[in-house]
Amino acid sequence: MTGSNASIRELTEKSYQYGFVTAIESDNAPMGLSEEIVRFISFKKNEPQWLLDWRLKAYRQWCQLLENEKEPMWAKVHHPKIDFNQIIYYSAPKQKKQLASLDEVDPEILATYEKLGIPLREQAKLANVAVDAVFDSVSVATTFKDRLAKVGVIFCSFSEAVQKHPELVQKYLGSVVPAGDNFYAALNSAVFSDGSFCYIPKGVRCPMELSTYFRINSANTGQFERTLLIAEESSYVSYLEGCTAPMRDENQLHAAVVELIALDHAEIKYSTVQNWYPGDENGKGGIYNFVTKRGACRGKKSKISWTQVETGSAITWKYPSVILQGDDSVGEFYSVAVTNHYQQADTGTKMIHIGKNTSSTIISKGISAGHGQNSYRGLVRIQKGAENARNYSQCDSLIFGNQGGAHTFPYIEVKNNSAQVEHEASTSKISEDQLFYCRQRGIATEDAVSMIVNGFCKSVFRKLPMEFAVEAQKLLGVSLEGAIG
Amino acid sequence: MLEIKKLHVKIDETPILKGIDLKVNAGEVHAIMGPNGSGKSTLAQFLAGREIYNVISGEVTYQGKNLLDLSAEDRALAGIFLAFQYPVEIPGVNNTYFLKAALNAKRKRQGLPELDAVDFLKLVKAKMAHLKMDEKFLQRGVNEGFSGGEKKRNEILQMAILEPHLCILDETDSGLDIDALRIVAEGVNALRSPDRAMIVVTHYQRLLDYITPDFVHVLAGGRIVKSGGKELALLLEEKGYSWILEQDKHSSFVAGASL
Repeated sequence: MTGSNASIRELTEKSYQYGFVTAIESDNAPMGLSEEIVRFISFKKNEPQWLLDWRLKAYRQWCQLLENEKEPMWAKVHHPKIDFNQIIYYSAPKQKKQLASLDEVDPEILATYEKLGIPLREQAKLANVAVDAVFDSVSVATTFKDRLAKVGVIFCSFSEAVQKHPELVQKYLGSVVPAGDNFYAALNSAVFSDGSFCYIPKGVRCPMELSTYFRINSANTGQFERTLLIAEESSYVSYLEGCTAPMRDENQLHAAVVELIALDHAEIKYSTVQNWYPGDENGKGGIYNFVTKRGACRGKKSKISWTQVETGSAITWKYPSVILQGDDSVGEFYSVAVTNHYQQADTGTKMIHIGKNTSSTIISKGISAGHGQNSYRGLVRIQKGAENARNYSQCDSLIFGNQGGAHTFPYIEVKNNSAQVEHEASTSKISEDQLFYCRQRGIATEDAVSMIVNGFCKSVFRKLPMEFAVEAQKLLGVSLEGAIG
Repeated sequence: MLEIKKLHVKIDETPILKGIDLKVNAGEVHAIMGPNGSGKSTLAQFLAGREIYNVISGEVTYQGKNLLDLSAEDRALAGIFLAFQYPVEIPGVNNTYFLKAALNAKRKRQGLPELDAVDFLKLVKAKMAHLKMDEKFLQRGVNEGFSGGEKKRNEILQMAILEPHLCILDETDSGLDIDALRIVAEGVNALRSPDRAMIVVTHYQRLLDYITPDFVHVLAGGRIVKSGGKELALLLEEKGYSWILEQDKHSSFVAGASL
C-alpha cells in the first residue's frame, strides 16, 4: 500500500497518543466558582477595570442562568449534571518572572509541544505556520511574531492583547457573542483565562497560516479560552486550531468562545482539528467540549468559512455560525464529526442571512461507530430584508455496525420569498458490498475502511490547509480504531 | 488450476449449491449457464471469498492449495479476480487511486517495487485505450455515477491491470447494449492466454457469440446438470433450459432409485 495508508494502519494500532501528563509546578486558583475567583483571575492578569466589570456582569448573568436552570438541555447528549464547584478555573504553569524570549519557557513545556509535534523552538518551527501555544489557562509562546508584525498583523495571546491593544479588544470583545449569549458563553465570559488574539490590518493578506494549539494538562481544571479575530477591509487570513489533553478518568470541561469579525471584502478561513481526549472504550473520562463559535460578516462581500474535524471529546456541543450582515457576504461550514465507542456529538451551524444576495453553504459529514451518537443540528434563517439569499445544505451520515446512531435536525426559517434554500441529507452504512469489493481487489480490510471513510469526507478535507488535511486523515484512522471487527 | 469437488454451500440455513464438481485448467474458458436462481452468482461470489456463504461440505483447491483457507484479499492477491455483476460505487474514492492501491497491493505481495504515479498512469492509459474508455474515468470516484456499461468496462479495465490467473465474470453482459458488449468482449478476449483460465457466468448465449468458450456447463438447482462444448450453448439458445431440467428430473429419479 502507499505510504500514507501504511501510516494510517500504524496509527490505528495505537490508542490516544497524546494522553500523557507533563510534570510541572502550576499556580492554581482554589477549586470552585465565586465572584472572588473572577476577581482573582482578572487580578492575576492585571486587567483594566472595564474588563473586570465585563467579567463580573457576565458572572452575574451566568448565576441567573444557573439558578433558572438554563443549561442547554435540547442537545441530543446525555451526561450527569456538572458540579461547577468541583472545577478549578485557573491554572498556570509557575514561572519565576516575565519571559523575555522563548528560551525562557519551561523546558518541560517546550518538550510537551515537541512531543505533540508542534515545535516552538526557533530552529524547528513549522514552516510558514505561526503558532500560539496555550497550556492550561495561559499562552506560553507565540512564534513568528516579528515577521508578522512587519506586515502589521497582530498575533498574540489574549492577555497580551488586553495589555497592548486594549482599544481593539474593548471594541470587539463580546460584539459577536455577547456575554450572556448562552449558558456556557456566559461562564466563559466570566472566567476566560487566555486564548489567541489576531488582527489583520486593511488590505493585508496574512503571509502565513496562523494557528493556536491548546493543551489541557492539569487535573480538575476547566479550560476557558477566548479567541478574537478581526479581519479589516480587504484582508485575508487562514487560521487553524488544534487541541489535545491527557487521559484521565474524570471528565473535564472545555468551554471556549471564538469570535470572528470580517469587514468589507475581508475573508477569514477558520479550521479546527479537535482531538481532545475522547474517553476510553467504555466511555470513561474525556473532555466535555461545549463551545460557542460565531463569525460576523459585517462588511459587504466579506466571507467566513469554518472547517472542522471533530474526532475527540466525550461530548461535543458546538455550532460554528455565521451572521451574514453585509450585502453579498458568504458563509461556509464544512464539518466532519466522528463518534466512536461512547462518544456523543451534537454539532452543526447557524447561518443567519440579513444582507442582500448573501449565500451560505453547509456540508456536514457525521460518522458513527461503536455506541457513538452523532447529531447534526443546523439553522438556516433568512431574514425579511435578505433579498435573494441562497443556501445549500448537505448532511451525510455514515454508520459502522448497528449500535451507533446518526441524527439530523435541520431548522429552516425563511421570511423573504426570494430565498432559495436547498437541503439534502443521506444516511448510509459502510456496506459489506463496498468492503468486499475492495478486498476482492486485494486491498486489506483496514485500508479499505480508511479509503471509504476518507472518500466520504473528501469534500470537507479538501477545504483544510494541505498539511492539516494529512493530519486529519490520520486522526480519522485513530478515531475509528476497531470500528470494523 | 481450480478443482471443485462435491461442493455444498448454504446461505444462512438455505443450501444453494448442492454438489458442484468442476475442473478448470489454465488456458481454458468455461461458461456457466443456467436459469435465474440456479446458484450461478453464488458460485462466482463464493469462489471470490464472500463470507456470507458457508461451506457444508466439499473441497476447492486452487493452484494446489486449499482455497477455503484463504481470505477474500488473499484470494485476490493469489490471482483470483471477480468481475462483479453489480459493481458497487465508492463515493469520493478516486478511481485512479483505487486502481493503483489494488495493483500495488499485488506487487507488494509478489515482492515487486510499487509503481509510482507516473508509471502507473502510463500503464492505465494504455489499457484504457484498448477498452475505448475516456480518461475522464480516472478522475471520477470508483463507479460513482457510472452507467451500467461504464461500470462493466471499468471491471474489465481492473482485470486488465491486475492480470489475474483466474478470471470470474459474473453476468458481465447484463445491462450492456450490443456495442458495449462487443467492446467488453474484445477486452476479455485480449486477456485470453495459455496460462490464464476464465469462468464466464451468463444467463444468455449472446455473450458467447463474442467470447467462445471451451466448455459449457448448465447449472440448475445448485448442481451442474449438463456439460458440453460450445455447441451446448447454441442448443440452449434454441430450446431453452426446460428440456435439460426435464431430463435431469428423470436422471435424478433414476439415480435415486439406484440407491
